[in-house]
Amino acid sequence: MSPALAGVLFIGSLVVALALTHRPLGDHMYRVYSGTRHLAVEKVAYRLIGVRPETEQPWPVYARAVLAFSAVSILVLYAFQRLQDRLFLSLGLPAVPGHLAWNTAVSFVTNTNWQAYSGESTMGHLVQMAGLAVQNFVSAAVGMAVAVALVRGFARRRTGDLGNFWVDLVRGIVRILLPLAFLGALVLLAGGLVQNLSGGHEVAAIAGGTQQITGGPVASQEIIKELGTNGGGFYNVNSAHPFENATTWTNWVEVFALLVLPFALPRTFGRMVGDRRQGYAIAAVMAVLAITSVAVLTGLEVAHNGTVPQAVGAAMEGKEVRFGVPDSGAFAAATTLTSTGAVNSFHDSFTALGGGMTMVNMMLGEVAPGGVGSGLYGMLVLAVITVFVAGLMVGRTPEYLGKKIGPREIKLASLYFLTTPVLVLAGTALAMGSAEQRASMLNPGAHGLSEVLYAFTSAAANNGSAFAGLTANTPWYDTVLGLCMAFGRFLPIVFVLALAGSLARQSPVPASAGTLPTHRPLFVGMVTGVTVVLVALTFLPALALGPLAEGIH
Amino acid sequence: MERLPSWIRRHLAALRALLVLTLVTGAVYPLLVTGVAQAVFHDSANGSIVRQNGKDVGSALIGQKFTGPDGAPLRKYFQSRPSAAGDGYDPTATAASNLGPEDIVDTLPAPGAEGGRRSLLTQVCARSRAAGELEGVSGTRPFCTPDGVGAVLKVFPAAGTPTRVVSVNQACPAAPFAAEYQGVRVECARPGEDYAAGRTVPVRGTARAVVPADAVTASGSGLDPHISPAYAALQAPRVAKARGLDLGTVTKLIAQHTIGRALGFMGDPAVNVLRLNLALDHLHG
Repeated sequence: MSPALAGVLFIGSLVVALALTHRPLGDHMYRVYSGTRHLAVEKVAYRLIGVRPETEQPWPVYARAVLAFSAVSILVLYAFQRLQDRLFLSLGLPAVPGHLAWNTAVSFVTNTNWQAYSGESTMGHLVQMAGLAVQNFVSAAVGMAVAVALVRGFARRRTGDLGNFWVDLVRGIVRILLPLAFLGALVLLAGGLVQNLSGGHEVAAIAGGTQQITGGPVASQEIIKELGTNGGGFYNVNSAHPFENATTWTNWVEVFALLVLPFALPRTFGRMVGDRRQGYAIAAVMAVLAITSVAVLTGLEVAHNGTVPQAVGAAMEGKEVRFGVPDSGAFAAATTLTSTGAVNSFHDSFTALGGGMTMVNMMLGEVAPGGVGSGLYGMLVLAVITVFVAGLMVGRTPEYLGKKIGPREIKLASLYFLTTPVLVLAGTALAMGSAEQRASMLNPGAHGLSEVLYAFTSAAANNGSAFAGLTANTPWYDTVLGLCMAFGRFLPIVFVLALAGSLARQSPVPASAGTLPTHRPLFVGMVTGVTVVLVALTFLPALALGPLAEGIH
Repeated sequence: MERLPSWIRRHLAALRALLVLTLVTGAVYPLLVTGVAQAVFHDSANGSIVRQNGKDVGSALIGQKFTGPDGAPLRKYFQSRPSAAGDGYDPTATAASNLGPEDIVDTLPAPGAEGGRRSLLTQVCARSRAAGELEGVSGTRPFCTPDGVGAVLKVFPAAGTPTRVVSVNQACPAAPFAAEYQGVRVECARPGEDYAAGRTVPVRGTARAVVPADAVTASGSGLDPHISPAYAALQAPRVAKARGLDLGTVTKLIAQHTIGRALGFMGDPAVNVLRLNLALDHLHG
């Protein structure tokens, strides 16, 4: 079989698998978030937490619960790292330095999983397993909870209530993430991933010398890293490491795992608002953008333009032989289209335009399909902006799913959209304005700018992948990128919950002849267009100085 | 509890929630998976350790370097890919090079001093040349000089008719790879001189690469256990000769240690270097 055909089948089989899981998984999540029964174990959890699961929360209360939980998570994870040398299973590693511990704590709590550290030489097994991996679960569940709260805002009428955050959080973990992670971990174990608590094992290499074979609870962390669109690798080289991604087919499983929940959530949305076609429309926008991006990125990598790739004869620098170029390109597209940021190959060494495409994916706002939860709420905000733009064209008050998009709603949607670009562009400008920060760039010329632009895009969009040549573990980058991650996560969440609150209070307007149908291909095309145009207008100048300058001669 | 201000109660609830969820997702879940792994997938869950003569010699999933104490390739072993992990294939310092596609200009070390920086292009050219020498084939490549650095010119002025041209990666007294460029004589590069103001012109040349792509590039993990079947085939005659085997035997072993695409379409065919070399050693007894 030719490599090109194999690559097409790799992507095609993923599309088929995602289409098959879209319905059952989306329906399951609908039942999870809409059901009124509590499992026995959940009741125990609510008692321990000290909350009454029946209590409904209006948006400010829901938002404060999200923020309180996240703040406590950051503090605990920070303390955990700072104290790791006094805890068991630390493998003798020292306490994590303050600025790095802050960066990593924010990174994992915000579902970014930017890694300024090298896993095997910084984090002991206990911090990985009971600190970082816990956030892989809970930050994903927080994202889903916020998305569900926004959908309730569309679905409910004349109420201030959006549900109960603690219930949404616990159910997301107990009924969705944990069972899937357990099954997925078994699949990855069958593929050869390691799962032990050993501190490593020295072997005598056959050509002389020794080699330290590392251990750790890798499989259990690997699967939730993908399912929760987290991306923080157990090892420095993430999913390129054979212990994290052993075979050509575990690679397929990992790409599938990082796409499966975000692509099923539009179904959940459609069910919750009582019109499945609305869910299909949102899923269609995601699919159009995602398939285009995967095809373009993979095509660019296979074409291997650029001086070094041409000298080599393939874009193989930073890629593993077992995955090959096409499947590495597909992984890179999937990980940046979602908010995952796991990598099986190193984006810094991609072709100029292929690497640029990974940046464009993140700049889309991570909505195609985006992170678990965050992808859905990001896409719904773009749908709100689209009906507003359409409303301007025909001169009537826009509405979406029967809810009027008035001044308050469009202000919140705009603030949501503006947050990431402001953080990305201001952060990049700040770094480029300082000789000390520029010194962190590994590569010369336009590619150096791309490294910095990538770092701020990845942090603000909560992706977590990197042009990893940048020396990012400095007090300045750790602090500033940490702030970008925090603002890039929690400002949009507050805007989304406020939007949900104001939508839930409305009573729906009946559809009339002038209502824009939001389940037709026309609307799918409009949302896609608005997304691309907004991104192009915002980021084209920055991209022109980085990847475009490097890739177009 | 009820008397506490609501913001304190909220944060205490958050703390309790985090502790409960840590117990479930950070202790029960990973330990359960570990238990199942150790019971059902004992060998692979502990790193797919490979033994030879009662000694642990490596992991089937982790590449090794097959070089002597001086860093030179051992002729009787198939060579792995270049590695950016520590000194090469160090699992405690996994890394990729992270060098970009247009990293093509070296910083030459100043006269009499160590240092300087080799661009990715020059690294590729040097590896290609070394592999060619080792295997007895041509190590030339597009964009590479015959002496194994990147074929890159700096043209002055940056715009307009050239008046001065420097082969920027070839330190004097090397002979530049091209005699002239647009009628201007090409100079060798003087270490320490700043050529940044010139226009960068990589020169493709007419060379065709014989050494495969994976032999001249560092992997993503720095631990890549595999090489391409093409790179294995290139090395087979040298290994056969060093071991006094006939080529057919070695070629057959390569085929036995080649992993095809899963289900016929996932990934690329790959040869496990450690297993192949162990099989060769085993053949000798």
